[in-house]
Amino acid sequence: MMRRTIPMLILASAGLLLIVAKFSPFTVSWQETVLGWFNILAAVAFVLGAGNLLAVNLEQISSRRPGWAYAAITLFAFAVTLVVGMFKVGAVPNGMHPDIHLAGAHDVPQAPFGWIYDYMLVPLTSTMFAMLAFYVASAAFRAFRAKNIEAILLLGTAFIILLSQTAAGMFLTGWIPEDSVFSFLRLDVMKRGITEHIQTAGMRAITIGIALGVAATSLRLIFGIDKSYLSKT
Amino acid sequence: MLRIWRVPAMLAALLALTATAPFAALPPDPADVSAVDRPGDGGAAVFVRWRVPAPDETARAIVERSRTVAEATRDGAADEPWILVAEVDPLAGAGDGYLVSGLPNSKGDRHASDEIVFRVAFIGTDGERTPAIEAAPVVARANAFLLDKIPLAIVCVIVSAAVLAWILLARAGWSVKIRRIAALEAIDEAVGRATEMGRSVLFVPGIQDMNDIQTVAGVTILGRVAKTAAEYDAKLEVPTSRSIVMTAARETVQSAHFAAGRPETYDESSIRYITDEQFGYVAYVAGRMVREKPAACFYMGAFYAESLVLAENGNAIGAIQVAGTAEASQLPFFVAACDYTLIGEEFYAASAYLSGERDQLGSIKGQDLGKLFAAAAIVVGAVLATLASLSPSGPMAGASTAFRAFFGG
Amino acid sequence: MTTKNTEQNPGGMRGFFVRLGGLDRRWIFLAMGLSIAVPILLKLRFPEVPGPMARATFEAIESLPNGSRVLLSFDFDPASKAELQPMANALVHHCASKGHKIVFMALWPLGKQMADQAIKEILLEYHGDKYEYGTDYVQLGFKAGNEGVIKVLTTNIAEAYPTDASGAAVSGLPLVADARDLGSFGLVSTISAGYPGAKEWVQYGRESMKPEARLTSGSTGVQASQLFPYYPAQLNGLLVAVKGAAEYETLVTEKYPVDRNSERLEQGRIRMGPQLVAHLLMIALIVLGNIAMIASRGSQGGAR
Repeated sequence: MMRRTIPMLILASAGLLLIVAKFSPFTVSWQETVLGWFNILAAVAFVLGAGNLLAVNLEQISSRRPGWAYAAITLFAFAVTLVVGMFKVGAVPNGMHPDIHLAGAHDVPQAPFGWIYDYMLVPLTSTMFAMLAFYVASAAFRAFRAKNIEAILLLGTAFIILLSQTAAGMFLTGWIPEDSVFSFLRLDVMKRGITEHIQTAGMRAITIGIALGVAATSLRLIFGIDKSYLSKT
Repeated sequence: MLRIWRVPAMLAALLALTATAPFAALPPDPADVSAVDRPGDGGAAVFVRWRVPAPDETARAIVERSRTVAEATRDGAADEPWILVAEVDPLAGAGDGYLVSGLPNSKGDRHASDEIVFRVAFIGTDGERTPAIEAAPVVARANAFLLDKIPLAIVCVIVSAAVLAWILLARAGWSVKIRRIAALEAIDEAVGRATEMGRSVLFVPGIQDMNDIQTVAGVTILGRVAKTAAEYDAKLEVPTSRSIVMTAARETVQSAHFAAGRPETYDESSIRYITDEQFGYVAYVAGRMVREKPAACFYMGAFYAESLVLAENGNAIGAIQVAGTAEASQLPFFVAACDYTLIGEEFYAASAYLSGERDQLGSIKGQDLGKLFAAAAIVVGAVLATLASLSPSGPMAGASTAFRAFFGG
Repeated sequence: MTTKNTEQNPGGMRGFFVRLGGLDRRWIFLAMGLSIAVPILLKLRFPEVPGPMARATFEAIESLPNGSRVLLSFDFDPASKAELQPMANALVHHCASKGHKIVFMALWPLGKQMADQAIKEILLEYHGDKYEYGTDYVQLGFKAGNEGVIKVLTTNIAEAYPTDASGAAVSGLPLVADARDLGSFGLVSTISAGYPGAKEWVQYGRESMKPEARLTSGSTGVQASQLFPYYPAQLNGLLVAVKGAAEYETLVTEKYPVDRNSERLEQGRIRMGPQLVAHLLMIALIVLGNIAMIASRGSQGGAR
């Protein structure tokens, strides 16, 4: 009973407080305190996460399960980055406190931690993001099928946006004078019409729905009507 | 005799006029200078008011203020004691007055400033400056309630009241029929298919922490998926990108196993933390999908650029995919690549829908009432704006402006 | 039997298109890879005609009095660097060419490194002779707290950033020491890849800025749709994706050309070459996909 009641009380009081803080400056400091608690919890939980990462990967290595070599690489990378970052290995000395090692800068390219960032994290992250181009192409090939009127409209819109976002848009329709009655046939004009009016209108409708959904969900949680996130054990 | 005296008198007058010529355009000093704390605000703002006795002779007004204790300590006593606040139109001090915001708080009180003295001087049309007139000291205080938030408070109360009223009505027995949501009906089908194929079920609860309400909604749906998986004895995998989400997911899944009457099948190690790093997490999940080939994939929570990477990989391995997110920019990707997608508000309604409880279903009805209110406001606003554009000086223009101002426009 | 097989797997052109419908996605990946790699290697370039949003952004900065104090927030990380760094570079060059005093900051942990790169490769490379640290530019670095940081900046910069990125007290840096809050800036510009970013700057920062001050944003293509409602009322300028960067770069370099390493300020336009070919490929793929669908419908009809 207490396992569910106390978390619900904490949620209700914190939730109401955050609402009140929107309207009263005097509760802003309480709000900051509540958000501070979350940061502390998240920091402590990070240790839990790191422990879990170690446990799962060590277990995989010790039982020689398929892919154990990847687990070993993960742990090696984790350990190296942790040690290099935490102890500021090879940090560039601070001009004002050259004798204090921990005052040095470790996130500059000359330091090992900065090197890891510049030459490992940046390329890896960029590569993953760049893969989106490939997935967008395969999704477009598979999903953009003119099966009905709505799909045909979607298809036409996609062509206009795709062309107008490149020099092809100007090449194809750039010759139509901007001040002529036919200017609406220019791809850049059509794109503006689609993005600024049709898309924005649709986006606003979705956003209003989402905002109301957030409000209703929050009220269900604050008043303890929805308890599904709590353990029943 | 009289005529003789007139000549030197006229000469004297002429001399006097000539002597004062350089000061001829010096305007009268500012009158009625005062500074008052802005009411109903979060502090740090003051209205400075003054009267302009001769507007035609006054080109600009200079507003200055004294240094606070902290500023005087920082800048040293040798500095000019006055800080220039603004050089504005002289008539800016009329009415409510000229608003000075961003005043520093007192060191000892975060809701009030130190005592601050404002002074105002005028610049005449020829550039001459009058002496500055000081106002009585003022303290910029925070008030208990922010007046500019009244419209928001009213909307908040209307929406909350609608939701709570419908919850009470539902309890009282009113009909709360909710339309069928295909994506949620598909949960059983997807988990059943995975069981038949002897493959696992993958659940991705987004990449944000538990303080994001989308993650809370995702974890709620996880409870239902986990219960179905426990009943069917299907293997469920939940990789998380936040430690707290891992803990919450474990609680939820364990609870679902108890509810399904299969506590012994709960496997803690299937819910694991990967990394906070967005693309590191995506690389793991995508790799895992390609290697393990789960038969059903659920993406429920906050997603960003990774949405399409995950959904396309799931599509390539032939998994049945159900997604739900309130990140509007990612919805097109999920719609294109998944079998079912919970769009925005549907995602938040999922918890209530799956519970089947009258209270919770009532809250969705209340939410719809809020939507009706929003739609009505849009229609009224559009009509007023249209009428205002037809007659820019008519009463509708004022009504349109007031309506827009109420909603913060 | 033979007839039935022929109907299910028709030969000739129709058969080719039917089989195309089941094309292995690795061929699509290869085509996409080539459509990006080849224009990069061939250095394909196309002329850019600036649109109204790019012109509005340019005007917002151009119309500021020379030497104004500006705040540039780098709210992105390496993942979206390819899309956003070109506009960030052009923005820094534009501000520096106007002699604006620049304060750099970041709401994203890795945004500081993005700003460092712009400082090194643009600010110091082309304007190093007239830009001195502390008086002409300051790097405040990353501050955790998302929109909370913006809220604090609206009242007190020194509270959010007591020190700059290198740990030096801001009270010793005249450019920041003289600035009290967001109202002290003539321009705030955010290069934004998501949350926290442009939307939060509009929601929490705009109202604390002076009415005549400008707020502009550069944004990824994906999140741009969420920012359109704010333009032009709350956002005075908006650059969307590489296209926006290329248009803005054109405007900036036409007025403020550089005499060396000009490619650094042409990255947006350089990236428009691969973008054109990739977009044309996508259109071709969509058309082929639809032909395959029609062909397979026809073959199914024949079988029946």
